[in-house]
Amino acid sequence: MRIAIASGKGGTGKTTLAVNLALKLAESSTTLLMDLDVEEPNGGIFIEGQCIVTIDARRMVPFWQQNACNLCGKCPSLCRYNAIIKLGDYIMVMPELCHSCHACSELCPVNALPMQALPLGTLKHQSLGKLDFVESRLNIGLEQASPLISQALSYADKHFAGHDYQILDSPPGTSCAMISATKTADYAILITEPTPFGLYDLSLAVETMRHLGKPFGVVVNRWGIGNSEVLDYLKRESIPLLAKIPHAREIAIAYSQGEILYQAFPAVDEALNQIIKHIEAAL
Amino acid sequence: MKEIVCISGKGGTGKSSVVAALSWIAKDNLVVADCDVDAADLHLIFSPLPRKSEDFFSGVKAVIDPAMCAACGLCADKCRFDAITKSDAGYRVLPLDCEGCAYCYHLCPVEAIRLEEQNVGQCFLSDTRYGCSLVHARLDIGADNSGKLVAKVKHEAQALAKTEAKDFILVDGSPGIGCPVISSLSGADAVLMVTEPSLSAHSDLARLWELIQKFRIPAACIINKADINPRITAGIKTWLMHEGIRHLADLDYDQDFQKAITAGKNVVEENNAKWQPVFAEIWNAIKEIR
Repeated sequence: MRIAIASGKGGTGKTTLAVNLALKLAESSTTLLMDLDVEEPNGGIFIEGQCIVTIDARRMVPFWQQNACNLCGKCPSLCRYNAIIKLGDYIMVMPELCHSCHACSELCPVNALPMQALPLGTLKHQSLGKLDFVESRLNIGLEQASPLISQALSYADKHFAGHDYQILDSPPGTSCAMISATKTADYAILITEPTPFGLYDLSLAVETMRHLGKPFGVVVNRWGIGNSEVLDYLKRESIPLLAKIPHAREIAIAYSQGEILYQAFPAVDEALNQIIKHIEAAL
Repeated sequence: MKEIVCISGKGGTGKSSVVAALSWIAKDNLVVADCDVDAADLHLIFSPLPRKSEDFFSGVKAVIDPAMCAACGLCADKCRFDAITKSDAGYRVLPLDCEGCAYCYHLCPVEAIRLEEQNVGQCFLSDTRYGCSLVHARLDIGADNSGKLVAKVKHEAQALAKTEAKDFILVDGSPGIGCPVISSLSGADAVLMVTEPSLSAHSDLARLWELIQKFRIPAACIINKADINPRITAGIKTWLMHEGIRHLADLDYDQDFQKAITAGKNVVEENNAKWQPVFAEIWNAIKEIR
């Protein structure tokens, strides 16, 4: 069972929930935790397992072979991302704009643009009891998160298909990276906080899940700040409320120093129990 | 004209609260740009009244005409994004997976594939109750053009600052360090980083700073909720000094921030006596960063 943890707004507690839920599930079931927030992965701050393998992820980008090129000018006109420019008798490839579609390379009449692998990021697989943790980390300066997310998910398909649970910690927002991270999940947990910002961004995430046709429920974190409008919203929209995690300064402090919460805070443990019960019933 | 970008790496550190408070202080001399285009929130505090709204078109998606398709399967075979599927009804493009590269369009031997321009969002130029103009946007779900929409919002804000003779543009950026953040950094004059004392936020800040250095933009930092973990706050301050980043202020965790947002206000409006001097000083310091 693959469960994505997502939110429109950043900083609502995705990683906290993903890490604590995965560790709790791993007490009795084989569980995979994937950190797919590839731009800013933080799961590794909370989990220290035994490193199994580190993999260099790569992406394919065309490489201009000057001696083979007949300067026909087809490649710059093919590329929809302006990643290839013809400057006089020189072809310039800008790897940062390339989406690795292979069109220029495979449609080049004289094979002057073979694809070559460039660094994209790293996948790091750790193991801790029944938990497998895979962190995916995008190289700094690269714009596209989705290719690395796809590679990380392929790794999960290949190695952990038999696990009881796969928990995906998704990037914030509602754009392509968040879609890439959630689209293969069986169920999505949207986590929010009870403020107008939290509610508005939740409504965008809800719209996204409906668009994907994904079953989902909502966890309200930091319950106690803001107001209760989020509960009215969930009721009005007939969205299941999975649990409320209370706001407490002690929880914020424990989180800040990378501690696991559910063993120390019974309220967090109870929220996890409720979430697990809801998910089991939903699937 | 000086363009200041407020970013954090990690989400939820208080970027938008800081931008709203600084905008209130500097409202007579700036244009505000909300560049967190896939989760834009400033409009909830600024009460904008759009005087101009524009559809934003960017990129294309492939569409297969089933009447013309010869079902050869070449397109599905070559698509690197697995965006073409086969069912009983024939081949079909999955719009959320299509990246608009047009490879299939060029390959199709019977010209059954066409490209459709995509309306991926909207951009608004608005009057606000602050008095300053706000440029904001709404990116459609799953759209993969957030960087281009950010560029559009910034471009509109620059044009507006020019016609309105304003000296500053304050940009509220996205979390992360990817495409929309890179786009918001492009052409900026100064970066204001908002962080919080957690190991996660510090790790995210360090990755963000590595990105900012590629652009050679001077940066300053505010540590929000600084009293939540004084030990980590001290560690971040040491790191800032080591990296040559100016530390502007520590803001203690204060319910005024949540109260203000919940009431649709900024924190200076919520408690002027307490926060006006704090944010006036921050704004004066930011103006001087070069």
